[in-house]
Amino acid sequence: MEKIKGQLESYKEQPFSLVLRFLMWIATFLTVGITVCIVGYILIRGIPNLSPEMFAWEYNTENVSMMPAIINTVLMVLLVLLIAVPVGIGAAIYLVEYAKRGSKLVKLVRITAETLSGIPSIVYGLFGYLLFATTFRWGYTFLGGALTLAIMILPLILRTTEEALKAVPDSFREGSFGLGAGSLRTIFRIILPSAVPGIVSGVILGIGRVVGETAALMYTAGTIAKVPGLMSSGRTLAVHMYALLSEGLYMKQAYATAVVLLVVVLLINAGSGWIAKKLTKR
Amino acid sequence: MKEAREFIMKCVFILTACVSIAAVVLICIFMFANGIPAIAKIGPLNFLLGEKWKPMNNIFGILPMIVGSIYVTAGAIIIGVPIAFFASVYLAKFCNEKLYKILKPAVELMAGIPSIVYGFFGLVVIVPIMQKLMGGSGKSVLTASILLGIMILPTVIGVAESSIRAVPDSYYEGALALGATRERSVFFAVLPGAKSGILAGVILGIGRAIGETMAVIMVAGNQPVIPGNLAMGVRTLTSNIVMEMGYATDLHREALIATAVVLFVLILIINLCCSALQRRSGQ
Repeated sequence: MEKIKGQLESYKEQPFSLVLRFLMWIATFLTVGITVCIVGYILIRGIPNLSPEMFAWEYNTENVSMMPAIINTVLMVLLVLLIAVPVGIGAAIYLVEYAKRGSKLVKLVRITAETLSGIPSIVYGLFGYLLFATTFRWGYTFLGGALTLAIMILPLILRTTEEALKAVPDSFREGSFGLGAGSLRTIFRIILPSAVPGIVSGVILGIGRVVGETAALMYTAGTIAKVPGLMSSGRTLAVHMYALLSEGLYMKQAYATAVVLLVVVLLINAGSGWIAKKLTKR
Repeated sequence: MKEAREFIMKCVFILTACVSIAAVVLICIFMFANGIPAIAKIGPLNFLLGEKWKPMNNIFGILPMIVGSIYVTAGAIIIGVPIAFFASVYLAKFCNEKLYKILKPAVELMAGIPSIVYGFFGLVVIVPIMQKLMGGSGKSVLTASILLGIMILPTVIGVAESSIRAVPDSYYEGALALGATRERSVFFAVLPGAKSGILAGVILGIGRAIGETMAVIMVAGNQPVIPGNLAMGVRTLTSNIVMEMGYATDLHREALIATAVVLFVLILIINLCCSALQRRSGQ
């Protein structure tokens, strides 16, 4: 208390500075307060709505189970990462390790990646619909949805990997080349392992986007509540939640789904922090 | 043998780098090839400036949606940017390390919450409050603006904070040495140096707000008319697509794709502004 009083005392001559201070306090408090409100409200109102039949293996209109959607979400994340991570890492390796400074290709890749990261998810959804569902005549397919999302998170993986590769000191490369290793060996044995923390944090961010995505999936992977094959429709948890809300009959289940989604997001955030800490310590 | 492998892998890396170029080209081709013919068929002026959207009668005017998107985005900026601005200054320059370790994850968590959850929160919390305050259904321009204003906070804070941190410390120290208070030093010596970075953050926020779909659709009411006041319902470009794409056929479907083209072009322009600004702030 004494300290705060002393601080306020020192502002006596400077009312304008005090006003600025207060504005900053209010803004920060609001930002954090809103986050706490959203998370707290959904957890407190939602957890009582969780019931075992919502986790039944099969979906029907009676139990409105979210289990198929949960399994789909996990499958979707794996499939998207399987496509996007190798491409993103490969592209980043080219940009950092091979490309000459200021080459036209590098500039083009940067500009297009920037463009991709700004495109709204509904535009991705329509693009995926036009390409996979109509042009390829696949209809709504899980694979179409995964490919669409893979393009969507590609710039994220690319950028974080690029930063991580750039952060590896040049002496590592010089040392490896000096010992007679080729550039491939240098990349896979020396550079990539030391860039892992950065890459992992990018991948985790990507998982978060896939889990939360709705608009890009509705017209690509569709909204059927079953665990699909690659070429049939299946909805993820976020799409499941939208379907519940737009039908308007299942508020309880919507609360429960929101809780599960939020818990996943919390875990992802905590996990990324934990991994970053653990890997930087080593 | 070894050389051949090195060469092949180099080609593979180049190919992966080209994927993002190919994706942008493909997206452009597919959006424009499917959208432009519809715009031509409806007539560009009728389409862009038509005030009536009646798919049943083959009347496709998207002016209400364009205006709706602009209103909602402007509202989000008015509500969100001041909060984000002051919060980012606090995070970058004033809060101690202990506090930062709590505040920063909270902001990051905010960025991670799925938009459908924001929409749900808006539907069950903000809409009833607005109903009591302003009457009507509670789904309105104002409600959507508030929700979007919240949703753009982490985006704007993230960019603004890092651009404030990028300003050399000597600016701040110099101002302090001249006898200015900490607040004055930050706001009048450091912030001018971070101006274009902060602006880039705001523009990124605008892009987010215009492109946001699932949250807006829950709280905006979605009537395709130009709203007369803040308490009226509104439909944005994005929600127009999501709501009707499921059952649209023929020209209606093409008109929805054309709506996405308009949105796409808007976003491209916004992105150009943003990257131009960021380049300038980098120099």
